[in-house]
Amino acid sequence: MSPLDSPTMTPETAMTPGVTVITDDHGHHDSPTPIGFWIYLMSDCIIFGALFATYAVLGGGFAGGPGPKDLFEPGFVAIETALLLFSSITFGLAMLQADKGKLGGTTRWLIATGLFGAGFIGMELYEFRHLIHIGAGPDRSAFLSSFFALVGTHGLHVTGGLIWLITLVVQINMHGLNGPNMRRLGTLSMFWHFLDLIWIGVFSFVYLVRLV
Amino acid sequence: MANAQPAETFSPIFGRLTLDWIPYHEPILIATFAGVALGGLVVLALMTYFKLWGPLWRDWVTSVDHKKIGIMYMVLGFIMLIRGFADALMMRAQQAMAAGEAAGYLPPHHFDQVFTAHGVIMIFFVAMVFVTGIMNYVMPMQIGARDVAFPFLNNFSFWMTVAGALLVNISLFVGEFARVGWLAFPPLSGASYSTGPGMDYYLWALQIAGVGTTLSGINLIATVLKMRAPGMKLMDMPIFAWTTLITNVLIVVAFPVLTATLALLTLDRYFDFHFFTNDFGGNAMMYINLIWIWGHPEVYILIIPCFGVFSEIVSTFSGKPIFGYKTMVWATACIMVLSFVVWLHHFFTMGSGASVNTFFGITTMIIAVPTGVKIFNWLFTMYKGRVRLEVPMYWTIGFLVTFTIGGMTGVLLAVPPVDFQLHNTLFLIAHFHNVIIGGVVFAVYAAVSYWWPKAFGFQLSDKWGKRSFWLWFTGFYFAFMPLYALGLMGVTRRMNSYPDPAWQPYFIVAAFGAVLILGGIVSTFVNFYVSIRDREQNRVGDDPWDARTLEWATQSPPAPYNFPESFRVNGREAFWQMKQQGFKWSGHYTPIHMPKSTAMGVLIAAAALVFGFAMVWYIWWLAILSFAGMLILGIAHTFNYNRDYYIQTDVIAATEKKGATA
Repeated sequence: MSPLDSPTMTPETAMTPGVTVITDDHGHHDSPTPIGFWIYLMSDCIIFGALFATYAVLGGGFAGGPGPKDLFEPGFVAIETALLLFSSITFGLAMLQADKGKLGGTTRWLIATGLFGAGFIGMELYEFRHLIHIGAGPDRSAFLSSFFALVGTHGLHVTGGLIWLITLVVQINMHGLNGPNMRRLGTLSMFWHFLDLIWIGVFSFVYLVRLV
Repeated sequence: MANAQPAETFSPIFGRLTLDWIPYHEPILIATFAGVALGGLVVLALMTYFKLWGPLWRDWVTSVDHKKIGIMYMVLGFIMLIRGFADALMMRAQQAMAAGEAAGYLPPHHFDQVFTAHGVIMIFFVAMVFVTGIMNYVMPMQIGARDVAFPFLNNFSFWMTVAGALLVNISLFVGEFARVGWLAFPPLSGASYSTGPGMDYYLWALQIAGVGTTLSGINLIATVLKMRAPGMKLMDMPIFAWTTLITNVLIVVAFPVLTATLALLTLDRYFDFHFFTNDFGGNAMMYINLIWIWGHPEVYILIIPCFGVFSEIVSTFSGKPIFGYKTMVWATACIMVLSFVVWLHHFFTMGSGASVNTFFGITTMIIAVPTGVKIFNWLFTMYKGRVRLEVPMYWTIGFLVTFTIGGMTGVLLAVPPVDFQLHNTLFLIAHFHNVIIGGVVFAVYAAVSYWWPKAFGFQLSDKWGKRSFWLWFTGFYFAFMPLYALGLMGVTRRMNSYPDPAWQPYFIVAAFGAVLILGGIVSTFVNFYVSIRDREQNRVGDDPWDARTLEWATQSPPAPYNFPESFRVNGREAFWQMKQQGFKWSGHYTPIHMPKSTAMGVLIAAAALVFGFAMVWYIWWLAILSFAGMLILGIAHTFNYNRDYYIQTDVIAATEKKGATA
């Protein structure tokens, strides 16, 4: 090796140069799932970023049709938001129970989370149906297209989360709170809180700003 | 053939698919279909005769081994290269003929599909597939890992890519492909101007393959971050592992933008949304901005792993560590960041004004600086090295010359006033083929000849490797230098015919270049054939090139577990250190924990293929059914908790005793 390019000599390298066999093979690597799931969430975040950007650019394209002030009801959205925020709290409570190894408590709080989530989706579907019914569907204007795409994508994610949640409730009751199931609970928890965070963006950026 | 599309009809069972959509009246397609069908039948018959179906399913299709998956990516890449190159030859032939009054042999309707398919296939199903394959095969071994972080996901990603590729190829014989150029700008690609299924094939093929690409990106990042051998710091990794990490960061950041953009266009086309339409407040430029926010990083996704390949090869064949390791890493990281602030140079002519164009012109030129750093690092690695001119080095030197020329024409295009003259001319076409062929294709060939002995235990033929190189290298210059000249004369891209016969000689020279490249491709397959035939004479050991990185510490071909024992690494070039210190495995094996094969990846991808096909043809019942199928299979997979097994010590001992090239 040329002296210019040799690896830097840290004290550690100085002590054990080169490659050594590890005979007491005690270590598998830690599970890569949490970091992998984080990276996935970041990529999902970019999908939402693109949809937010689209809403920012096209959100003023009413094409002579109705605008936010004609369509959004603050009270309705506030309840919808509250449902989703409560579901995050209940998920947190489920995780606390799971950490204590209590299967029953975990299941109950997960079911509560699912009910809040289903309530949120129900309200969103009601709002969509209402908008389409009064002629303010996504085909009416670019504003409504970008509104439906952004809010609808979030809704699809919550729906996916609900399916995952039901599956996991079945699985923890089949196999208990074992290693794989705890890992799955952890990732679903990350997913659920992530969707909450995205919704706070949607709530502020789509509903709140436009109503002020 | 020159006709319009069949009338739009709809039936509940077949959607809009009717017999009229089978192009049995187009002789070119019938001949192609006959060829593909005949070839397919021969392969099926041979596989049945040699009883290969079982091994294919057990050892390859359902395998979660990163090495098997890497090789399958390479096979897919070469198959799609034939398809994409056939399109290229057709275009070159058409333009060599269609001067003045002559119309050539391809009507516009067909020609437009050919150039769209060529671009889509070459980028998504050749270049992307090749670099993903190389990263999959090499990187885990370079960092001393036994597999990627998520082996099942890796298998699933591959089969989703295959499903996308199949959907593009189905469009050849059922219906049509898009006629919109490889990035499908609206409003041309919108519902009003692209009726028929071609554009929908484009959307669903890319969405399905895109799922695979994004998941594979996540997987490989997690692999680098979590699966490195104990003691290996990030700054100890081989350059190729670094470029893999950076490429996959780009994939994970850029591909979601593509997914979102194509989804919005899909909503426009299927549900009458108004993102990119001319009316109801839509804005087509929004699409062009979004698609290039993905599109520019995409070209770096293709080239950065290739920089890694050349770094490994230059270092090995110069017998020296790579010159300027840290600058190499930082230059790559700079390119990663800069690649996100240059996208507007693809449409300077949009008219964003002088200030905006200046900003993006300057950022574009700045990218030439870290790239130049790399070029000099490779040159200085060779300087005073004991350079061995093996086939991988031929490709590397060919790359250094060709890529530098391509890079400089890119800097020319980065000057906005120049770009106003050259926008959408053949100068641009020549430029990006100059960097993609000179960079990506040469790197893939270099990588194949370099790592082939690792993957199979024998070397490729020197003679045919050099023939392939010289044909590709000269063919490239014949094919694309005339396009630079034509571009400077103002000849625009994507022309089915042109009025000025004075251009024809240039197009004929370009067509001759394409024929030389054909020779290069044929030589590659001859090379594979003669090398496999003579494999017993070509056997080599585990480390035929006297290399420096950890993948060469395994057997050739590597055992399923790659390394028989766990080990601790200190510093760079771990394998070189092993050789210096006379490293030997201790022989005290412990059982190795491995993931089990699974058919779930290929099954879900098959359902995705059916779903894509059903969506293209509006066969709603099948779309619902196949989507439910994907969902149910995916959930069913999570109920399987029995996903791994241990390779016992006696098996390891037996495998290790067999030694290399077993």
